[in-house]
Amino acid sequence: MSDGNFDFALAIGGEAGQGIATPGDTLARIVVRRGLNLSTYNAYQSIIRGGHIFLTVRVSDREVRSHGDKLDMLLALNQDTMNRHLRLLGSGAAALYNSDTISPGDYTDGVQLCPLPVNDLTGSQRSGLNQNTVALGAMMHLLGLDFGLLEASITQQFSRKGEDVVNENVRVALAGYTHAQENFTPFPMPMPEGGEPLGVWSGNEALAMGGAAAGVKFYAAYPMSPSTGVLHWMAQNARNLGIMVRQVEDEIGVANMVVGAAHTGARAMCATSGGGFALMTEAIGAAAMMEIPCVFINVQRAGPSTGVPTKTEQGDLWQALGASQGDFERFVVSPKDALDAYNTVPELFNLADRLQCPGIILSDLLISEGRYSISPKEINFHPEIDRGELITEGTSNGEPYMRYRDTASGVSPRAVPGTEGHVHTVATDEHDEDSMLLSDEFTNPHRRRASVEKRARKFEAAASLIAPPEIEGPANAQVTLVGWGSTAGVIQEAIEQLADRGITANQLAVKWLIPLHTDEITAALTSANKFIIVENNYSGQFARYMRSETGLSAYGHIRKYDGEPFAPHHIADGVADLLGREGGVFVPYQEVIV
Amino acid sequence: MTTIQLTARDFKGKIDPDWCPGCGDFGVLNSLQRAAAELGLRPHEIVTVSGIGCSSNLPGYINTYGMHTLHGRSLAFATGVKMANHDLTVIATGGDGDGYGIGGNHFTHTARRNVDLTYVVMNNQIYGLTTGQVSPTSRVGQKTKSTPFGSVEYPLNPLTSAIMNGATYVARGYSGDVRHLTELIKGGIEHQGFALIDIFSPCVTFNLDNTHNFFKERIKKLEDEDHDVTSWAAACEKAMVWGDEIYIGKFYHLEAEKESLTALEPVLRDGPVAKRTGGLTGEQADRIVQRML
Ligand SMILES: Cc1ncc(C[n+]2csc(CCOP(=O)(O)OP(=O)(O)O)c2C)c(N)n1
Ligand code: SF4
Ligand SMILES: [Mg+2]
Repeated sequence: MSDGNFDFALAIGGEAGQGIATPGDTLARIVVRRGLNLSTYNAYQSIIRGGHIFLTVRVSDREVRSHGDKLDMLLALNQDTMNRHLRLLGSGAAALYNSDTISPGDYTDGVQLCPLPVNDLTGSQRSGLNQNTVALGAMMHLLGLDFGLLEASITQQFSRKGEDVVNENVRVALAGYTHAQENFTPFPMPMPEGGEPLGVWSGNEALAMGGAAAGVKFYAAYPMSPSTGVLHWMAQNARNLGIMVRQVEDEIGVANMVVGAAHTGARAMCATSGGGFALMTEAIGAAAMMEIPCVFINVQRAGPSTGVPTKTEQGDLWQALGASQGDFERFVVSPKDALDAYNTVPELFNLADRLQCPGIILSDLLISEGRYSISPKEINFHPEIDRGELITEGTSNGEPYMRYRDTASGVSPRAVPGTEGHVHTVATDEHDEDSMLLSDEFTNPHRRRASVEKRARKFEAAASLIAPPEIEGPANAQVTLVGWGSTAGVIQEAIEQLADRGITANQLAVKWLIPLHTDEITAALTSANKFIIVENNYSGQFARYMRSETGLSAYGHIRKYDGEPFAPHHIADGVADLLGREGGVFVPYQEVIV
Repeated sequence: MTTIQLTARDFKGKIDPDWCPGCGDFGVLNSLQRAAAELGLRPHEIVTVSGIGCSSNLPGYINTYGMHTLHGRSLAFATGVKMANHDLTVIATGGDGDGYGIGGNHFTHTARRNVDLTYVVMNNQIYGLTTGQVSPTSRVGQKTKSTPFGSVEYPLNPLTSAIMNGATYVARGYSGDVRHLTELIKGGIEHQGFALIDIFSPCVTFNLDNTHNFFKERIKKLEDEDHDVTSWAAACEKAMVWGDEIYIGKFYHLEAEKESLTALEPVLRDGPVAKRTGGLTGEQADRIVQRML
């Protein structure tokens, strides 16, 4: 807990199947109802039972932009969790555990052990089933919260299962609460009241909602972690929002179906992770060649290949930059957080519609599967919708229509099937203005050149349609931290920690990767003292990309590729270390083993 | 609305086919144009979607909306078109390699879903466009450029595959019999559900086994037999016949027992999704907020 502010992190650890999500959800609900900010990160493995799951929940009365550095409270649901995490708790923290089955090991002085004799407390032998609820009760006392809040939450959660189930759960929770009152010392700062109640969403839900707000009417997917949350939200809401949602046989089918749907004028989108994205790439080129706007989301996970399905990484940048054969333009954007992901979807659809091209969103497990508090007031449910030059009505008496008319802007008015007087065939083969194929015997180098230039011309002014990245934080800082996508928040928190250590730093957070604002980035970084690039991969994919586009090389690099996201101190430590030696690469050590 | 009866000629595309003289695909194009005209369809109401191959060049030669897409992917694109705007008549066309080889997964699942499409496959038992390699329907022993000593693989049977996977209209035509093929295609378009029309469409350049003469000598029409199109077992039995006699005609037709995906999908009850413009209504946004709190 930092001075003056309430900034509290708790973790629940156990194995898959022990029901970690339930106490996590209950606490999250209580927190956001009080109007406090929340960020949760769940470290898990690709198994349905067993393994080690570790849910971190950070709560603050200020904005929280990462899952933080330290833990104030640990709930260990099994011995393994105790063995892994107790030693990492600092003085003032508390550890709760079922003393029927779990014993503590070594721990730092000043850590409060909170053993819960679950069977005695509940008068039953169902220790394994009751331990979560007993612990929730005890946590309420430690956090200085009224038991009534938990009672209300349990009642809501179990109301469908009947009064007996509700009563039994309330009784078990109260046993934990009372035991804590009698035996444990609450934290010095009780959980305060925040502002108005907040909502909770994951990044995947934000992406899906962004699609709905953008007017997406066709969504297709093949399940793949960590992108499946988008499909689940879409499927759940398909009927009341009138969206066609399809689970398809493979990602090849997904992507091609999306392009087909988009050709009819419906806004169409799909999401996957790297492996599925690999299968989608031929379709992305098809969308570019036929000039059909649509959006592909890649929620990155640790690769290569099947990789680590449940771990985060920013390893697919080059995959997105080069997705599909040939030399063509596409948008590639990496949102910074869940709200930014939400806002990015309609913005990208407008751009894709205006330039009639594919758009790619690079999210990652951290953004997409993290759960965050959000004030509904911050969500713009009615963003601008710009369909570009779309023809949906016509007659048969007009001028002859040419789908790929070679205009000054390169954008040709796009008629959708069903429109009279505009009948044409789009093709993935190279074609001329009138959609006649230039392959085979019709090949003509001059017409080929004209077609390539027409498509490229659409992008000449693309960067001007998008906000360029800007330096955030103090001007003339000792060091500028450059990141892309999901690192923006954790870098900001690292900068605050660096200020406490007497190092001034600011940030250049890059969101749009194609088009890249090379002029603005060059201007910002050439006037910076030193700059360090922070990214969640081994080889410095962004560093290499930026160097190729701007010629700029960084002073140093902070890279993490162990599957876990950065914590603020990883970056702050890296900056201090790199400033003390002549740059280089710093790879932070992941203390929490999950 | 004044409806002028169109003729096959009105469905002629802007350019003439560049198929080899004698290629079976001419007959298929001709039949498709006749079928569209005879059903009273208008060019802008139809979308012809193909993959890549000689046969997949067809959308360029027919006056309808068209998508000439990727090798093997016509059914995925076509499903996207149909499910986004089911007011359109969607016809997928392509070759045996395109549909049964590289596109096999989509073939299986489009049949299973019973998507309301008409799938016209010009089955020449060879890869034509790539100058004559073995295809999933080439016979055992067939010599091609990629099987110079004869293929040792068995072919698949498109008709039994389609039936087993859930297609509800399964027919086989011969491109040399345009009148008969036109009727099969018309039946497929009128059918509500997934219709496969597999067509013997000889590649006169690269398949010297399955020639026009080969088929003319062997073909028998199911219509001339006592065949029950509602029996999948009878349909499969006839489809497996391959020798001195080979059947063409309508093998299988389930009219009402199995509804098409468009009919089953509740989201389509208010009309095509492609025609719904805009994002969320205020009421929809409120419901979303309620679920988040
Ligand atoms: C992904 C991909 N792989 C391979 C090809 C090359 N290719 C084009 S057409 C074709 C086979 C065509 O055979 P078929 O579908 O039977 O059509 P036909 O030419 O016989 O009518 C192949 C392999 C391609 N275009 N795309
Ligand atoms: S190569 Fe064969 S399939 Fe292709 S056009 Fe010639 S005859 Fe037809
Ligand atoms: Mg073929």
